Amino acid sequence: MQTGNLLLLLVVMIAGAYYMGHRRSFALARPLGGIRHLHSLPFYYAMRTAIWCAIPALVVLGAWLAFDDTLIRNMVMGSLPAASQPVDGSAANLMLNQISNVASGALSPASVSPEVAAAAEKLNSLRQLNTMAVTVVVIVVAMLGTAWGWVKISPQMRARQQVEKVLQTLFMLSATIAILTTVGILMSVLFESIRFFGKVPATDFLFGLHWSPQTALRADQVASEGSFGAIPLFVGTLLISAIALLVAVPVGLMSAIYLAEYAPAKVRAFAKPALEVLAGVPTVVYGFFAALTVAPVIRQLGESIGLDVASESALAAGLVMGVMIIPFVSSLADDVITAVPQALRDASLGLGATSSETIKKVIFPAALPGIMGGILLAASRAIGETMIVVMAAGLAANMTVNPLEAVTTVTVQIVTLLTGDQEFDSAKTLAAFALGLMLFITTLLLNVIALHIVKKYREQYD
Amino acid sequence: MSKTTEQVRKSLGKRYRAEKRFKAYGVSAIGFGLLALVLLFTDIIGKGHSAFFETYVKMEVIFDQDTLDISDFRDEEQLNFANYDGVIRNALREEFPSASGRQERRELYSLISTGAGYELRDMLKEDPSLMGQSVTLWLLADDDVDVYVKSAQDDRLESRLSDNQKSWIESLEAQDRVELQWNQSLFTHGDSREPELAGIWGAVTGSFFTMLVTLLLSFPIGVAAAIYLEEFAPKNKFTDFIEVNINNLAAVPSIIFGLLGLAVIIGLFGLPRSVPVVGGIVLTLMTLPTIIISSRAAIKAVPPSIREAAMGLGASKMQVVLHHVLPLALPGMLTGAIIGMAQALGETAPLLMIGMVAFIVDVPGGPLDPSTVLPVQIYLWADSPEQSFVALTSAAIMVLLSFLIAMNTLAVFLRKRLERRW
Repeated sequence: MQTGNLLLLLVVMIAGAYYMGHRRSFALARPLGGIRHLHSLPFYYAMRTAIWCAIPALVVLGAWLAFDDTLIRNMVMGSLPAASQPVDGSAANLMLNQISNVASGALSPASVSPEVAAAAEKLNSLRQLNTMAVTVVVIVVAMLGTAWGWVKISPQMRARQQVEKVLQTLFMLSATIAILTTVGILMSVLFESIRFFGKVPATDFLFGLHWSPQTALRADQVASEGSFGAIPLFVGTLLISAIALLVAVPVGLMSAIYLAEYAPAKVRAFAKPALEVLAGVPTVVYGFFAALTVAPVIRQLGESIGLDVASESALAAGLVMGVMIIPFVSSLADDVITAVPQALRDASLGLGATSSETIKKVIFPAALPGIMGGILLAASRAIGETMIVVMAAGLAANMTVNPLEAVTTVTVQIVTLLTGDQEFDSAKTLAAFALGLMLFITTLLLNVIALHIVKKYREQYD
Repeated sequence: MSKTTEQVRKSLGKRYRAEKRFKAYGVSAIGFGLLALVLLFTDIIGKGHSAFFETYVKMEVIFDQDTLDISDFRDEEQLNFANYDGVIRNALREEFPSASGRQERRELYSLISTGAGYELRDMLKEDPSLMGQSVTLWLLADDDVDVYVKSAQDDRLESRLSDNQKSWIESLEAQDRVELQWNQSLFTHGDSREPELAGIWGAVTGSFFTMLVTLLLSFPIGVAAAIYLEEFAPKNKFTDFIEVNINNLAAVPSIIFGLLGLAVIIGLFGLPRSVPVVGGIVLTLMTLPTIIISSRAAIKAVPPSIREAAMGLGASKMQVVLHHVLPLALPGMLTGAIIGMAQALGETAPLLMIGMVAFIVDVPGGPLDPSTVLPVQIYLWADSPEQSFVALTSAAIMVLLSFLIAMNTLAVFLRKRLERRW
């Protein structure tokens, strides 16, 4: 049976277990004089039976699905005669592909060697056996679980406590997914990066000035060795992020100040959500806007005053990215500014300072740590932003700080290295994970520092 | 008057001017933001509105049995693979007999979209009695013709069409046989190399399945995690660690989640590439922090008196939470979930990593079929060289934005309507 159908069947069985548990609790209660003589409500006895049906079966199913592919593969490969055993890992992969293609009917058995054809047949029969076995085992486990749960029901049983314990454990497991995700991210980028640094020395990667990841496909090819100096990417990323921040920080900060300190309630009620729309626009839309509208305009403007502007200039990407980050800066700054105690304002105004003097001399210094935190978070946003730069920035790794030239960024390179044709083991794809590691570390550091500053600042006035 | 007052009065003008200037900076900052917003929307709408209509050309088509090469009507195969293009070519040659030579003929044939033949096929299947008949039909024009017809008089000089083609179209236009009709293929077709046939339906269904998986995973898990952290978690190092992780994950660049999906979900667990299930799992991990944070806020907003009342009547901690706190917090949680979903719907980068960028013509039938999603479709089209794809991309963006606006409006509406103030 297919896994999907099996799951549906399991749902039906769980419902059945629930019903049976419910019936039994009533049956047990009747001679005692009603359900008030049970320890828990019938619902809990029913739930307990359902849990006994569901959890063992699901655990078995999960474990089975996790391992059956590998097991079948090994059995098929083991069944090959010694003479046709593949010599190394890549040959084994190739052979496996061939076998599974024959097995699925994409390749005719006549076109391959008889050993492979035999292995394909074996694969098919094993797979059939496997689905049958998993269906039987899961159903049996579910039935045994139900029976056990059903038999154990007694008026004294603390069913509610048991069900609540299971629920609470499930809740806790859900919360730990956040940890698992972080660990998963760290593991995936770290392991691939270590493999990458096995092929390319870390110092070459971190301090190399030349980036051209095109490795030779054949040993005798004249083309380049492929060099993985990431400095040009870091420079490009910083350049575009700096442009973005140059746009977003003043605009976002001034809008926040105006909205918090000057704007009448009506203006605030309209302008704040309107600015926040900018944050809700998908980045791919900004990318399209940057590549097809802003970049040509900047190019034309540059040409009209005699400047040579690349069509994928860093300026266009940075400018649009800045617009994207404006609401981010402004809402963070707004929070911080409104958190400054009114007493400070009143004191300053009472001494005869104008509003702008109060803001510049009193509120801004008081809010500065929070604002700095916000800017750091915005910077981490800019560094990790992908779609705008993929669509509007260049691909060639130029080492320049001229905003009118095309530069490339870390995220652009990750995307180009990992989309399209790829073999999982080449230095080229592994380089993407090394870049991912750099990106993760940088943004993590920025976030931790920023959150720390913001938290410290909040404590100051709480 | 004292000396100090004198000094203050003197500087007053300057200070007031500084005040005005400062205020002006603020106004212009907001103006800049709003201007960017208006520019963005007008640009997209200006580029995209024309893609909702396509050019059709009225032609007299003869379902000629010899040209079609159909001998038996009951044979599906023959009906499917008959030479419908030949019929259209005959009609074109009939219309413009002046076209001679291979080059001119090819130019002539390229006026009509390659998809027009399928329409004839469907007609013939529907009504076999058309065979041998002459029918007047609106045929879908090629995308270059479409661009030419839609462009203003002065822009027509820059068209990619040859002079012959231009004169043919103009003669058709003079006879009122060129018309803009509602672009149905945009909302019913999958992707295509031909702009006039390309549609977003494949991407929309792909997005739907991806969002379905994301919602089914992230909402229960997010709510469960929020309940645990707010109501059950003991105050210890482990709980703190979970919170630090959630806060940091909320700020990790989305592309990193794509790397995670590629290395762990595809590489380690062996799930297939390009399928909505994998996309949904990756987006779940990405949106979980948002949903957890907003769900926690919703739980926090439920006043302690509710909990105390329930406990006083003998409810267990779990009963308090599930029977009283959760129903009261649910509207707030839903709002947060919708906002998280809107964020996931617009996400592109992590899906590029897990291979949802493939060129897929078929509309996916389930969450395990290879598919693409709306934002990735926009990315793919934005990269295409044909001029018509610019309009098509903008139209797709308009559709995406309207989904997002609808979701956010729903969230605001729910918040206003359902959320209780205590």
